[in-house]
Amino acid sequence: MHEFDWSSIPNALPFLWDGMKISLEITVAAVIFGIVWGTLLALMRLSSIKPLSWFAAGYVNLFRAIPLVMVLLWFFLIVPHLLESLFGFPRGSDMRLSSAIAGFALFEAAYYSEIIRAGIQSVPKGQMAAASALGMTYGQAMRLVVLPQAFRNMVPLLLTQGIILFQDTSLVYVSALADFFGAAYKVGDRDGRLVELLLFAGAVYFVICFTASRIVRYYQNKLKTA
Amino acid sequence: MGYSWNWGIFLQPTATGDGTYLDWMFYGFKVTIALSLSAWLIALALGAVVGILRTVPNKWLSGFATAYVEVFRNIPLLVQLFLWYFVMPELLPEDLGNAFKQSNPVVQQFLSSMVCLALFTSARVAEQVRSGINSLPPGQKNAGLAMGFTLPQTYRYVLLPMAVRLIVPPLTSEFLNIFKNSAVCSTIGLLELAAQGRQLVDYTAQPYESFIAVTVAYLLINVVVMFGMRWVEGHVRVPGYIGGK
Repeated sequence: MHEFDWSSIPNALPFLWDGMKISLEITVAAVIFGIVWGTLLALMRLSSIKPLSWFAAGYVNLFRAIPLVMVLLWFFLIVPHLLESLFGFPRGSDMRLSSAIAGFALFEAAYYSEIIRAGIQSVPKGQMAAASALGMTYGQAMRLVVLPQAFRNMVPLLLTQGIILFQDTSLVYVSALADFFGAAYKVGDRDGRLVELLLFAGAVYFVICFTASRIVRYYQNKLKTA
Repeated sequence: MGYSWNWGIFLQPTATGDGTYLDWMFYGFKVTIALSLSAWLIALALGAVVGILRTVPNKWLSGFATAYVEVFRNIPLLVQLFLWYFVMPELLPEDLGNAFKQSNPVVQQFLSSMVCLALFTSARVAEQVRSGINSLPPGQKNAGLAMGFTLPQTYRYVLLPMAVRLIVPPLTSEFLNIFKNSAVCSTIGLLELAAQGRQLVDYTAQPYESFIAVTVAYLLINVVVMFGMRWVEGHVRVPGYIGGK
C-alpha cells in the first residue's frame, strides 16, 4: 500500500495558485468571447439571409464534431506558425496563453450559440411582433426586447457551460502551459509525489465545480419561482 | 506562405519501417473505435444501474447514486484519467498493483482509458436514465404498485420498457461525446487517432496534412454514429409521445 506524504503541497501552494490564476483567466476570457461570438452565430443561424445561416450551421456542426483536444492541438501546433508566416510575428514567441484562449473561445462559441439559439426561440413570437408594431427595426427589437428576455432564461445554462469550460481548461496540459492541473502535475513529478498532487488537484476541482453547480441550481430554482 | 503540400506522405513508409504512415493512422483509428465502443458498453450498463438507483425510494441507495454522479461530473476528465493511470495502481493491493505495472504498457494505457471513459460517461448516462424515468407520469408507477407488482417488478415491466425508448435521443449525444472524449487519452501515451496525428507531425513535418486527415476521421465517425443512431431512434420512437417526438 502507498505511503502518503502530503508535505510537498504547502510549499507548492503559491505555484499552484499561479496555475489556478491561469485556469481562471482562460475560463473567464473564453466565456466572454464565447458568449459574444456565440450570440452572433445564433443570430446568423436564425437570420433570413441564407449564406449567413449556412455559415453559422456549418461552423457549429464542425466544432461540435471535433474533439476539444484536436482543436487545442490545431491552435498550439499550427495556428501560431500560420500567424508567424502571415503577419511576420517574431519566430518562437510564446503565444500559448493567447492560443489557448482563442481555441477555447472559438470552440465554446459553438456550444454557446446552440444554448442562445434555443433561448431566443423560447421567447414568445408575440414579443417580436409587438416590437415591430411599435415601429422598432429588427435590430432594435432583438437588442431591446428579445435578447434581454432570452438571456435572463439562459443564465443557468450559460453558467453550467462555464463550469464545464473550467473543467476543460485542464486540457491545456497538451501545450505544457502551467494551468492549475499542469502546475500540480509538475510539482508531483518533481517531488516524486504524483499520487498526492493528483488527488489534491482532483479534490480542488471537485470542491470548486460542485459548489459552483450548487449555486447555479439555487439560482435556477429562484428563477423558476420568480 | 511557403508551405509545400504533399498528400503523398501517407503512402510513404514510416521512419520506423512498420508499414506506411496511413497504416499508423488506421491503427489509431482502430484504437479510438475499440476504446470508445468498449467504454460505451460499460457506461451503458453502469449508467443504467446508477440512474435507476437515483430514483428509488431508499435514501441510502439514492444517496450513493447521487454521490457517484456528482463525483464523476465535477472532476475534469483529464484529472480522472491521470488518477486512474498514475494513482490507482498505487492504491490497489500490492500484488494487483504490481501485476498492472508489469503488464504491457499498451494494455495499461488502454485499460486505464477504458475504465476512465466508462465511469465518466456512466455518470452522464445515469442522469439521462433518471430524467427518462422521472419524465414518466407518476400514475404509471402507482398503477403498477396498485396492481400488486413489487417495486422491482414495477420497474422491470412498467417503467423501464418505456423509459428505455424515451432516452435514446439524448443518449445519442453522449455516444458522440465518448468518441470525442477518447482523444483525451492521447495524454497518457495511448496511440489513438489524435496521438497518431501528433506523431505524424513529428515524423513527417507535414502538419497540415496529418491534422486535416485526423480531423476528417473524427468528422467521419461523427457522421456514421449520427446516421446509425437516427436509424435506431426511428425504430424505438414511441408513437404519439412528446418525448419520443
